[in-house]
Amino acid sequence: MNEKHTHGDGSSATKRIKKAGRHVSQSEGLIFEKSVAGKRGIELPPLDVPAVDPAKALGAEFARAGVEGFPEVSEIEVIRHFTRLSTWNYAIDLGMYPLGSCTMKYNPRVNEFVARLEGLATEHPLQPDEVSQGCLRIIHDLQKCLLEITGMDAASLEPVAGAQGELTGLLLIRAYLESKGDARKKVLIPDSAHGTNPASVVIAGYEVQNIKSNERGQIDIAHFREFVTGDVAALMITNPSTLGVYEENIAEIAEILHSRGALLYMDGANMNALAGVTRPGDFGVDVMHLNLHKTFSTPHGGGGPGAGPVMIKKILEPFLPVPIVTEANGRYALDFNRPQSIGRVRAYCGNFGVLLRALAYTLAYGPVIRQATEDAVLNANYIRKHLEDVFDLPYNLPSMHEVVFSDARQKKHGVNTMDIAKRLIDYGFHPYTTAFPLIVPGALMIEPTESESREECDLFIDAMRSIAAEAETNPELVKTAPHSTRVGRLDEVAAARRPVLRWQPKQNLDAQKHLGPHEKTLVVPTA
Amino acid sequence: MRYLPKSQSERREMLDAIGAKSIETLFETIPAKYRLREPLKLPGPLSEMEIIDYFKARTAENSRGYTSFLGAGVYQHVRSVVTDALVQRGEFLTSYTPYQAEISQGTLQAIFEFQTLMSQLTGQEVANASMYDGSTALTECVLMAERVTHRHRVLVAKTVHPEYREVLKTYAKHVGLQVEEFGFTSSGQVDLGALRANSLNEAAAVVVQSPNFFGVLEKLAPVAEAAHAAGALLIDCVSEPLSLGVVQPPQEADIVALEAQSFGVPPSYGGPFVGVIATREKFVRQMPGRLAGEALDGEGRRGFCLTLATREQHIRREKATSNICTNEALYALVVTIHLCLLGKEGLRELAAQNLSKARFAQEELRKIPGVTFPFSGTTFNEFTVEFPRPAKEINQRLLAEKIIGPLALAKYYPEHPNRALVCVTEVTPRAEIERLAASIRKILAAN
Amino acid sequence: MYPAEFRYTKDHEWLQIAGPTGTIGITDYAQHALGDVVFVELPKIGTRVKAGDVLGTIESVKAVSEVFSPVGGEVAEINSELSTAPEKINRDPHRSAWLVKIKLDDAKAADGLMDAKAYEAYVAEKEKEQTA
Repeated sequence: MNEKHTHGDGSSATKRIKKAGRHVSQSEGLIFEKSVAGKRGIELPPLDVPAVDPAKALGAEFARAGVEGFPEVSEIEVIRHFTRLSTWNYAIDLGMYPLGSCTMKYNPRVNEFVARLEGLATEHPLQPDEVSQGCLRIIHDLQKCLLEITGMDAASLEPVAGAQGELTGLLLIRAYLESKGDARKKVLIPDSAHGTNPASVVIAGYEVQNIKSNERGQIDIAHFREFVTGDVAALMITNPSTLGVYEENIAEIAEILHSRGALLYMDGANMNALAGVTRPGDFGVDVMHLNLHKTFSTPHGGGGPGAGPVMIKKILEPFLPVPIVTEANGRYALDFNRPQSIGRVRAYCGNFGVLLRALAYTLAYGPVIRQATEDAVLNANYIRKHLEDVFDLPYNLPSMHEVVFSDARQKKHGVNTMDIAKRLIDYGFHPYTTAFPLIVPGALMIEPTESESREECDLFIDAMRSIAAEAETNPELVKTAPHSTRVGRLDEVAAARRPVLRWQPKQNLDAQKHLGPHEKTLVVPTA
Repeated sequence: MRYLPKSQSERREMLDAIGAKSIETLFETIPAKYRLREPLKLPGPLSEMEIIDYFKARTAENSRGYTSFLGAGVYQHVRSVVTDALVQRGEFLTSYTPYQAEISQGTLQAIFEFQTLMSQLTGQEVANASMYDGSTALTECVLMAERVTHRHRVLVAKTVHPEYREVLKTYAKHVGLQVEEFGFTSSGQVDLGALRANSLNEAAAVVVQSPNFFGVLEKLAPVAEAAHAAGALLIDCVSEPLSLGVVQPPQEADIVALEAQSFGVPPSYGGPFVGVIATREKFVRQMPGRLAGEALDGEGRRGFCLTLATREQHIRREKATSNICTNEALYALVVTIHLCLLGKEGLRELAAQNLSKARFAQEELRKIPGVTFPFSGTTFNEFTVEFPRPAKEINQRLLAEKIIGPLALAKYYPEHPNRALVCVTEVTPRAEIERLAASIRKILAAN
Repeated sequence: MYPAEFRYTKDHEWLQIAGPTGTIGITDYAQHALGDVVFVELPKIGTRVKAGDVLGTIESVKAVSEVFSPVGGEVAEINSELSTAPEKINRDPHRSAWLVKIKLDDAKAADGLMDAKAYEAYVAEKEKEQTA
C-alpha cells in the first residue's frame, strides 16, 4: 500500500469505486529466502524393506548427494507462503474476468471434487481396459455429448490444448487430402485469427495465406472465391469471429471450399456463443476443435491445463490419432489398430482430468446449455448497449458473446486501451483483452460470459463509464494506473534485456564472476 | 440453473434495456435454417448430488482394490493434502495466464519458484514453465535443437519412451525433420557403437532418456562427447524426475525434457501432467514455453512478469518457436508446492525409499525359477524382467489375483514378448511386493 | 536528422558505402516505431545474402522486426556490442549501433535506394498516414 497513491487517487475517485476496497496485503519473499537447513514439510512413513544406501547402490558414477539450493521449510510455512501469494492474484471467484476470447466463466466446484475421487484420479493410463471401464466410459460419454453439441460425426479427445487441437485438425486435413493424391500447399487464415492458427499451420507443413476482412469485419465472398485455388487445403476460421460477430456467409464459404476440394476448419474458441443454438456440423464445418477450458468451464489455473478435442466429419475418421475409445455392447476399449492414423499427438489418452471436469459441466446443464449461451450473449449486448455512447465501436454488426470497442475517443486525451485496462484494476476488475484482434487498433475486447449477474455487469459498466470520464478530466490518473496494487507497472524492458529467470543464493551471485560459464546462471546475457 | 445468476425477470429487464423483443433477436445473424428448433439430446440437467453419483459409479468400474506395478512414465507417489488445499484456492484455480502482472503476482512468483526448482533439479541453467507433458516437451526440445543447429536430422535412442517417440514422429513428419532411431546393448543402455556407425554428421541432436524406458540409467558423458564432436546437441529426457533426488543431474545434456508428474500430480488416467524444458542460458531464446522474470516497478519494488514473450505465437504468428499457448500452470504449481513441502531432505529420503523398494522387489523376483533380468545396467525404481513365457499371459493371470502386473513390453517391443517393466515406489507395501512374487511363482509353477 | 551520405530502403534500413564495404543499420524512424529494443539477432560472419534477404531480427518487448539486407554480398563484420547493449539502437541508430558490414557484390548496389531527402519525404508521408 502506498500512501502517496492513495491521496493521488483522489477522494472523489475512491468514492466512485464501488466494487473494490482496500485491505492489508501480506508481504512474502521467495520460498528460497525463507529456507533454513533441517526443516521439512512432509514426513514419510518408515521404510518396510531393508534400506539401501544410494551412494553404494548407484556407485560414484551416478550417485548425487542432494539437490543444492532446494528449500527447507515446514508445513505451516508452505501454507502461509502460498496463501499469501494467492491473495496477490485476481480470479473469477473474486469477480468478472472480461477477457475477450478467453471465456473466463465460473469453474464449478463439483468438477474439482469428482476429479479427485479415488478410482479416477488414481488410475494409470496403461492399466488394462478391463479395469479402466469407468475412465473409458467417461471419455466416451463426453465424446457423445460434444458430438451432439457440435453436430459433428466423430472425435479425438487426445489433444491437450486448443493449439494442439488445431494442429491435429490440420494434420487430419492433410492426411485426408494426401489419401486423395494431393495434400495441397496453403491454408487460408483471416486477418482476425488467433496467433496460434498460423503457428499450427506451419507445423502441419502448410503455408499461411492471410486474407483480409472487409470493412464490416467479415469475409468478402467475391474476393474469397478468387483465393480458393487448387493449392488451397483449407480455410481456418473462427466463428463467431474474434470481433464477436457471426460470419454471415459461413455456409456459402463452406460450399465454395467443398466445390474446390478444400475443407473448412473452425476454431471453436468462441463456441460459447453457439452451444445449444446452432451446430457447426450443420453449417458446413468439416473439422473443428473445442477449448474445454473455455466453453466447458474447466479451470484456467493461471495458464492451464486445457484440452482441445477435435471434432470431425465422417470423411476424416480413418485418420484420427491413436488411440480412440470404442464401445460395443456396453464394453469400452482403446483401439490402436488404425492403419491410416496420423499417429499420436500426446502420450497416453490426453488430459483425462480435464475431460472429466468438462463432462461434469455438461451433465449439470444438459440441454439447458442453451440458456448459458443465451445469457452470455445477453450480457455482452447489455454491456455494449451501456457503453457504446462513450467508447468507439469500430464494427457495428450485432454482437454475440463478446463486444469489441476501440480507444479512438480516449486516445484524443492521450489515454490508450492499456491505460484503461490498468485503471480497471483499481475498480476491482480484471482488464479485458487489449492487444487483440489485430484488425482493431487499440482494441477493448470484452467477454463477460454467462456467469455474471446483472449486478456485476452494472458495476462493470459503471467502472468503464467512470474511467471514460477520468480519461477526459484526469488522464494522468488513468495513464499511471493501477494505483492500488502491490506493485506498479513493472519495467518489462529491463526484464527482457537482462532476464533474471531463477533465484540464486547470494553467495553465488557475489561469486559469479569467479565461476565457470555453467555456474553463471542468474543473469542471462542476451546473446 | 444454479450456475446462472439471473432470474427470468432480470433477463426480461436486460432485454428491455437493450431494446430487444426477445432473446431470439440477438441470434438473428445466424441464418434461421441453422438455428436449432429442438433442444439438444443431452443427458441432464443433473444436480450436484447426481453428478457425484455418476462419477462414483465410474470409480467402481476401474481398478479400485487392485495393486499396480505400472510405471513407464506415470508414477504413484505420495501426495500431501496440503498441496491440494492450496491449489484449490480460487485465486490460483480460477485465474488466467498472468499477462496482467499487477494482479497476478501470486502466480508469477510461483512460476519463478518453479523455474528455479526445475533448474536446481536438472542441473541446468534455465527452465521454462511449462509444456503439456513429457512427450510434447521432448518433441519441442527436438524442434528447438533444429533451430539452434539449423540441422534437420535427429537420432533417437530406442530406449526413449515409445509413446514420446511416436509423438515426435507425428510432429516431425511435415516440418522436414528426419527422425532416425538407434539401439541398445545388453546393459540396457544406448549402443554407442551403433550411434557412431549411424554417422552423426549433420545431426541436430541425439536424444536419450535417463532413467530410460527399461529403467536403466544412461551414462550421458560419452553420448554427449560423441554428439558434441559432430556439432549435435544432446537432449536428455527424464520421465521419472524423482530419480534426480539421488542420481546425478543431466548436466552433460544441452536440453532436458522433463515430465514432473511424480511430484504431487495424480496419474489421472494420463493427464493433466507437467512438461518442462530446461537448458543452457545461451539457448533460452530458442526455447518455447512461458517464462517469468524478475522486474522492478517504478518505485523499485521487486515483482515478476512474463518475459521474452516475442518467442510466442501471439507475437510471431507463423514464425513462432512453437504453437503452444495454454500450458499446465496449475500443475506446475502443484509441483512447486509439493517440492517445497518435501524440501532437500524429503526429496532425498523419498528417492532413497524408491531405490530400496525396487531393489527389494528385484531380489524377491530373482528367487523365482525362470525369472531373469535381461539388462545389467544400474536402475532406480523400475527394472526389466524376463519371464520364461509371454508377459501378457502372466499379467492376465495376475489380474485374477487383483494385481495389475508389470507392463508387458511386447506392446512397444514385439520382439521381446517375455519381457516386462516392473515399477515399485514408496507407496507399494512390502506385503504386496511379496504377494506379486508369490503369485508369479505360482503361475510359472502351474505349467 | 538522416545523414546525407547514407542510402535508405522502404523497410527503414540505411546503407553506407565505403569502398568495397557497405555498413547497414536501421533508421531513427525504425527504432522509434519499434520502441525499446531488448534483443538483436545478427547473422554469422561469412553468410551470403542477396538484396532483400533477412539479415537478422530486432525485438522489443512486444514486437519482432526483421532486418532486410539492402544489398547483396558477404557478411564481413557484425556489431557484437549490441548483444549485451541492445539499447544502443534506441540511442544511436545511425552511428555506433550499426548492425552489419557487408563485402559488396556490386559497388553500384545502392543505386536503386533512396537518398536522405527522398527518405525524409517517405517518412513524412508515413507519419501523416499514422495520424490520419
